[in-house]
Amino acid sequence: MSPVTETVDVCVVGAGHAGCEAALACARMGLNTVVFTISVDSIALMPCNPNIGGSSKGHLVREIDALGGEMGINIDKTFIQSKMLNKSKGPAVHSLRAQADKADYSRSMRKVLENQDNLTIKQAEVTKLLIEEGVVKGLVIHSGITYYSKAVVLCTGTYLKARCLCGEAITYTGPNGLLAANYLSQSLLDAGIELQRFKTGTPARLDKRSIDFSKMEPQYGDERVVPFSFTTNPDDIQKEQDLCWLTYTNEETHKIIKSNLDRSPIYAGIIEGTGPRYCPSIEDKVVKFSDKNRHQVFIEPEGRHTNEMYVGGMSSSLPEDVQYAMYHSVPGLENAKIVRNAYAIEYDCINPGQLYPTLQFKKVKGLFSGGQFNGSSGYEEAAAQGILAGINAALFCKGEEQIVLDRSNSYIGVLVDDLVTKDNKEPYRMMTSRSEYRLLLRQDNADIRLTPIGYKVGLISKERYEDLLMKQEAIEKEISRVCEVNVGASKTVNAFLEKYNSTPLRSGSSLAELIKRPELTYDLLAEIDTNRPNLREDIREQVNINIKYEGYIKRQIKQVEQYKKLENKIIPESIDYSAVPSLRIEAVMKLQQIRPVSIGQASRISGVSPADISVLLVYLEHYSREKV
Amino acid sequence: MTNSTIAAISTGLSPSGIGIVRVTGDDAFGVIEKIFKTKSGKNVSDGESHKAYYGHIVDGDKIVDEVLVLVMRAPHTYTKEDTVEINCHGGLTVMKKVLELVLRNGARPAEPGEFTKRAFLNGRIDLSRAEAVMDLINSKNDYALSNSISQLEGNLYNEICEIREVIINNTAFIESAIDDPEHYSLDNYGDKLLIDVDNLILRVDKLLTTFDNGRLITEGIKTVIVGKPNVGKSTLLNNILGTDKAIVTDVPGTTRDIIEENVNLDGISLNIIDTAGIRDTSDIVEKIGVEKSRENIESADLVLYVVDSSRPLDSDDESIINLVKDKKCIVLLNKSDLPSVAEINHIKDIFENVLYISAKENIGIDSFKDLIVKMFFEGSLQYNDEICITNARHKALLDECIDSLRLVKASVLDGMPEDFYTVDLMNAYSSLGSIIGESVEDDLVNTIFSRFCMGK
Repeated sequence: MSPVTETVDVCVVGAGHAGCEAALACARMGLNTVVFTISVDSIALMPCNPNIGGSSKGHLVREIDALGGEMGINIDKTFIQSKMLNKSKGPAVHSLRAQADKADYSRSMRKVLENQDNLTIKQAEVTKLLIEEGVVKGLVIHSGITYYSKAVVLCTGTYLKARCLCGEAITYTGPNGLLAANYLSQSLLDAGIELQRFKTGTPARLDKRSIDFSKMEPQYGDERVVPFSFTTNPDDIQKEQDLCWLTYTNEETHKIIKSNLDRSPIYAGIIEGTGPRYCPSIEDKVVKFSDKNRHQVFIEPEGRHTNEMYVGGMSSSLPEDVQYAMYHSVPGLENAKIVRNAYAIEYDCINPGQLYPTLQFKKVKGLFSGGQFNGSSGYEEAAAQGILAGINAALFCKGEEQIVLDRSNSYIGVLVDDLVTKDNKEPYRMMTSRSEYRLLLRQDNADIRLTPIGYKVGLISKERYEDLLMKQEAIEKEISRVCEVNVGASKTVNAFLEKYNSTPLRSGSSLAELIKRPELTYDLLAEIDTNRPNLREDIREQVNINIKYEGYIKRQIKQVEQYKKLENKIIPESIDYSAVPSLRIEAVMKLQQIRPVSIGQASRISGVSPADISVLLVYLEHYSREKV
Repeated sequence: MTNSTIAAISTGLSPSGIGIVRVTGDDAFGVIEKIFKTKSGKNVSDGESHKAYYGHIVDGDKIVDEVLVLVMRAPHTYTKEDTVEINCHGGLTVMKKVLELVLRNGARPAEPGEFTKRAFLNGRIDLSRAEAVMDLINSKNDYALSNSISQLEGNLYNEICEIREVIINNTAFIESAIDDPEHYSLDNYGDKLLIDVDNLILRVDKLLTTFDNGRLITEGIKTVIVGKPNVGKSTLLNNILGTDKAIVTDVPGTTRDIIEENVNLDGISLNIIDTAGIRDTSDIVEKIGVEKSRENIESADLVLYVVDSSRPLDSDDESIINLVKDKKCIVLLNKSDLPSVAEINHIKDIFENVLYISAKENIGIDSFKDLIVKMFFEGSLQYNDEICITNARHKALLDECIDSLRLVKASVLDGMPEDFYTVDLMNAYSSLGSIIGESVEDDLVNTIFSRFCMGK
């Protein structure tokens, strides 16, 4: 028999949160796509916490949705509790977080993939990449079948050479006992791609029937749920929500952990990978913050069809006997039964400095990657890179210009720029403080920022795009109206102001001026705004935010203009930094290593000084004049 | 292309006290009109290009200096941008004051080498000089950087670091609470922050006053006296100063602190630093002094290397020679009243300017002073204008910092949500960082993780 081969446009390796978005983007952009997974039953698996969203991660989900991705729609279908975080703070840090029914989430996403035109799901371990002269040609799976393709997107998550640790018990498996992918690492090394080793961990799952909730504080969802997706009608998703529970560790817990530290693989030095600081194991918390006599523990349901409960805040790699003792010391968990024990997992990933901001490898044309494989952590961070890598893989196949999201238009842009520019020593997690223009990058305006891009690449329907244009026009029109409409210091107006503890007017004022008062909003002013048009809630919200925070927003827009100037100064790919006179050696080394695409990116590399940037600008000018 | 308006003192100190403050950029004319009054009351920007105008630089109603202003319209200028040159007559202090006025009225301090950089980028300087331009930027920047730090006295440096720490800790707390709202609460945080910010504004304001009093740096040619212990460095300093400021004993290693004095030689301002004698030592206090001496040599404009000619050269001399041989240096063979034993030819091979003196007996001091004056007029000895501009930059940055802190205060008082505070807090943090040569990088994220227990 002759060897079996297949020819497709794009191969996506892995069907986690990055892989799903990448595969869907490619297929929806009209490319013949195949997505490989070690187990079809683990598509869109949530092997750690049962949440989608959270501070800044909620922004990412909104942005994925605005680009035409699936995560937002899928969580809207399968959440069991939802909350808008930081509602008491400014609109820039409002963030949605939902508890997912994990099984539903996974099943629902699988259904989307299975019914997507142009998309094939294939259960197989990918063992080798085919690369010829710096261009990817396809891949080979464990059974020996070759898939030829124009592009490959790697979304291998935590599966590469994965190793799980629970005290002395070590298994060479991926998350949840799934098979690890043990061959692909070598193929990547052979292609000259550098790998590094990261670690992360997850807490135990407990049997709900063994937990005493009377000793814990219930945590409720919002009364009115706000959907993640701009396409979901809020009225369609209001439903009864499940409870989460809050309890605390105590001195006894900490004593148990401290006296068993020698049995922790991390403290015993068995784990070599670098773990995340923002998601520390309970061992780390107890050691690093020894002045704290308690830590929060959130008990969260894994879904509606299971009794398993997630123990948020107590991930660990201690042996299971210590885990029993430590969980049992927590109020409400005295008799808890462990269904799945906590464990740490180590895996191969890349140093993402090897990628362009398009998520294509600098060394291998047509090879893209997204997700934890790029040194990030979190479902949302993964999905965000997945959709970008997918879009660009598709554009690459079509021979069209790839897209770059930047720090001024999205959290995805911040995430990718940080990954490909900075030294990342731990799995990268999104935070709102990483975004310098966050007053502009709000979750409420993700559609305005990104849907035009989604439409341009073909992931957003014409109808949705036109609705957006209509929305923008309505916002602008209404903003100029409230700036122009004046109200006098009439009895009605001042009575209204007094009702809201607002200083009465002495002379006329525009409505916009009143909206800027902290105690007032656009919606409240309806009472004294007689000619107000009837507008949709999302339009009213934009009008309110844009007027209320106008001063701050304008300042950030100015900063963005400055930022764009440097971002638009492109550095030619062929530049030889060692030939640039007067650059300091450290700068030459860093620049050679990262090979930034623009002066802007170069200026964010640590070790490159403002003077180096000046020198580089002069050199580029020299270079471009010489070429002419 | 829009270009921000920049300013700097573009000539060094000269004996006559004439200097030029140069302003270039889109708003150069706008800036000058706010501070320059001609006799006729005409606006200079309406007049002819490349013409000099006589008048006064004014600060409100107060006359600061009598000046000539040269107005040059783009593109026929060095930078190809609108340019104004203010020829000041009132000496260095007045020149600094004029620069400050320019900066307060819409210009920002030029970065090292920025005029030349603009000239190049705007096509004024031809290709063949690109390398020279790049060299200039980096050498000027190195100088500015080492100056920037060395100009700050230890306690000022520490004060800036402490202020930065208060800022970053407050920011980190707010950000932690935004990131993990179920864990950290910001209830009433605005009130607490307000107390901190008010205090910080006072502290930065105090730093600014320090600048105004001119205590922060002393202008002049930075002249460093080096040599082994007990070769007569302090005697030399006293001789130049005409006083007994430095402690003179015959115990080697007496000058452990750095002594700094300003003298005026025929109108040339020398900022003289006497250093601890350099030798291989195990005494810790003395060691620190020796380390300081090395740092001073690094940033010096002129080194006076004092050798005891009555003793043979040894390994300590060799290490000093290595330290100073690439600097602008005058070797003074002291104790010429005693029999000469040192290997003079070896020294003459390495150094161009070698003089015999006896500081104690006042022999050869006049020809030494003459040499300095000669070097200055021939241009081989330069007063580096980076000192003035660095000082102006520091001040502008402190001003920026105060502005940002005031915006934080306004946000709190206006009842803005807490996440608005951190934007300006981080701006203040970064302004102060620029003074001590530190960028922001991942400071915030690192502080969040090291101080606050994050994550479920």
